Amino acid sequence: MTDNSYSQGPDQDGHFGIYGGRYVAETLMPLVLDLDRTWQEARGDPAFWEEFHSLGKDYIGRPSPLYFAERLTRHLGGARIYFKRDELNHTGSHKINNTVGQILLARRMGKTRIIAETGAGQHGVATATVCARYDLPCVVYMGTKDVERQAPNVYRMELLGAEVRHVTSGSRSLKDALNEALRDWVTNVESTFYIIGTVAGPHPYPELVREFQAIIGREAKAQLMAVEGRLPDTIVACIGGGSNAMGLFHPFLDDRTVEIIGVEAAGRGIKSGEHAASITGGRPGVLHGNRTYLLQDDDGQIIEAHSISAGLDYPGIGPEHAWLADQGRVSYVSATDDEALEAFRLCSRLEGIIPALEPAHALAHVMKIAPALPNDHVICMNMCGRGDKDVFTVAQALGVNL
Amino acid sequence: MSETRIDRRFADLARQRRAGLAAFVTAGDPDPHLSARLVSGLPEAGADIIEIGMPFTDPMADGPVIQASSQRALKAGMTLTGTIDIVRQARRHDDDTPIVLMGYYNPIYSYGTGAFLRDAVDAGVDGLILVDLPSEEDRELCLPAVEAGLNWIRLATPTTDSKRLPNVLSHASGFVYYVSITGITGTHAATRQTIASAVDRLRRHTDLPVAVGFGIRNGEQAAGIARIADAVVVGSAFCQAVADGLDDGKGTDSCVDNALTLCEAISHDVRKARA
Ligand SMILES: Cc1ncc(COP(=O)(O)O)c(C=O)c1O
Repeated sequence: MTDNSYSQGPDQDGHFGIYGGRYVAETLMPLVLDLDRTWQEARGDPAFWEEFHSLGKDYIGRPSPLYFAERLTRHLGGARIYFKRDELNHTGSHKINNTVGQILLARRMGKTRIIAETGAGQHGVATATVCARYDLPCVVYMGTKDVERQAPNVYRMELLGAEVRHVTSGSRSLKDALNEALRDWVTNVESTFYIIGTVAGPHPYPELVREFQAIIGREAKAQLMAVEGRLPDTIVACIGGGSNAMGLFHPFLDDRTVEIIGVEAAGRGIKSGEHAASITGGRPGVLHGNRTYLLQDDDGQIIEAHSISAGLDYPGIGPEHAWLADQGRVSYVSATDDEALEAFRLCSRLEGIIPALEPAHALAHVMKIAPALPNDHVICMNMCGRGDKDVFTVAQALGVNL
Repeated sequence: MSETRIDRRFADLARQRRAGLAAFVTAGDPDPHLSARLVSGLPEAGADIIEIGMPFTDPMADGPVIQASSQRALKAGMTLTGTIDIVRQARRHDDDTPIVLMGYYNPIYSYGTGAFLRDAVDAGVDGLILVDLPSEEDRELCLPAVEAGLNWIRLATPTTDSKRLPNVLSHASGFVYYVSITGITGTHAATRQTIASAVDRLRRHTDLPVAVGFGIRNGEQAAGIARIADAVVVGSAFCQAVADGLDDGKGTDSCVDNALTLCEAISHDVRKARA
């Protein structure tokens, strides 16, 4: 990596400083190397990107709009707040940007079966969607805890023809769904392509998922230049594994005037120990193919995460975020369940946009900082998903019986 | 590298013209005390090599039986320090049987690789098998472990092609562990013919002894492998034997007895396989 750039990583073995890498079983290693070859080839092939962008335009509905949240801006009384509206994408979140890219890679590799893990169900739905589109069988692993709290998405995946396998091991949420997907992959390595849902996993996943999601930041930059005539002052996104955040952040990493903030889930509060804030509350370790910040005990055992948002309920974070945190280029903060719920309600009432609980965490942080900022301060927040999937969870949290 | 307990054991087995039995149990299953007894009893029950699983919350390459075994151990308070202590206890009774630690990297990384290697060597560990450290990540632990005098036991799998094998075999010592299936522990076994040709292929690339594992659960299967490999690894079957001895989730003497009885039976079949 050159000294004067934050955007050149990873090196050819997938390292961002000490983070990243390829910590997988030998059985998977030849395939992981194969995937890297396919990806490096595709990446330099204009025809690949042409297909990617054509699907982006006609299937996903890109570019997603940049929206000035006027009432929210007035309500908070400070900075000008823009939403990058990836919640308007086909299937309702940013996840589809990545699954479209990965299914094209799977086809290049001649794979005949697709697997995925999912937490909120958005990545599962986005994977099931592209599998329907390309006529490939799809198995999605989902923890039983998430099957309960994201029931609408389970049915959506089934409607799309995917098989949803309920995972009962461990904490029964995203981390365990990932373990089960890895076990499936090891077993069916010849036929199967694993579409990972975030900027984590063994190299080249963190890199390729970032490249598929970076469309968010590139569009946002051009759109902000068009309406504001300049770069934003602050950009903000929520972090589960970190894909929507990396998608927004990456094109801005070398714009030093832009302040970048990632918002992790603080669950019931960092001090309670029941949270999902890997950078704020974790330390470096190795899990799911890469070195990164992890929630773990003194013995290196992984601690279950907690968040009201199933999509943020993961004890790790993508390795590039870990590196950016150490470099100090991106600030990582956190928002609690209650703060996210408050943001969820406010956004629904003021803007007529029901956000997913994940970006509600980003919004909760925007609500904390915007009032004290001057009126010409421009914030762009990634509204990376819509909240239809969360209405049952929110109703329950607010004591409403649907 | 000087001769290790593993080298001596395989030389011994070669003289006896028989394959060895490598018995895998999880450290701390069903609890630290019973686990120490089980491990210490394995040599007398016929285990030629002891593999001790270092329990981890997220054992990505393991099936339900070893997952449950790891969970029991962790619930009973097992830690990496505790695992090393079990080795130390076993060494009081037996100074010849090789002991290999097997598991995932994070607990070791968290312990500190330098401190871990020092304590493991001091306790009498002979080799390491790390599921999630492929040869691409050799700088992490493999090279320092070899430096510390431990054998680095490499996993080769059906997907390890001939182009890749030399890389995989570099820095390998002690023996090579052939994972007979693409998959997780405790599921189906590959056919003997497939395994035989895979072992042949490995032998063309290395002089190291070859152990075969994954999916071998009884004496008959073990005997079949014992005719083609230098050692047979049995794991899930022992962990299941421990589970079968639980009383309402609690460890009992039967956990230890079940596993040792099974070890005797499988060892018997392995010993007479080439007779
Ligand atoms: C809408 C939404 N946002 C964010 C996330 C978290 O993932 P990431 O941090 O990779 O964007 C999810 C995951 O399911 C999601 O559905």
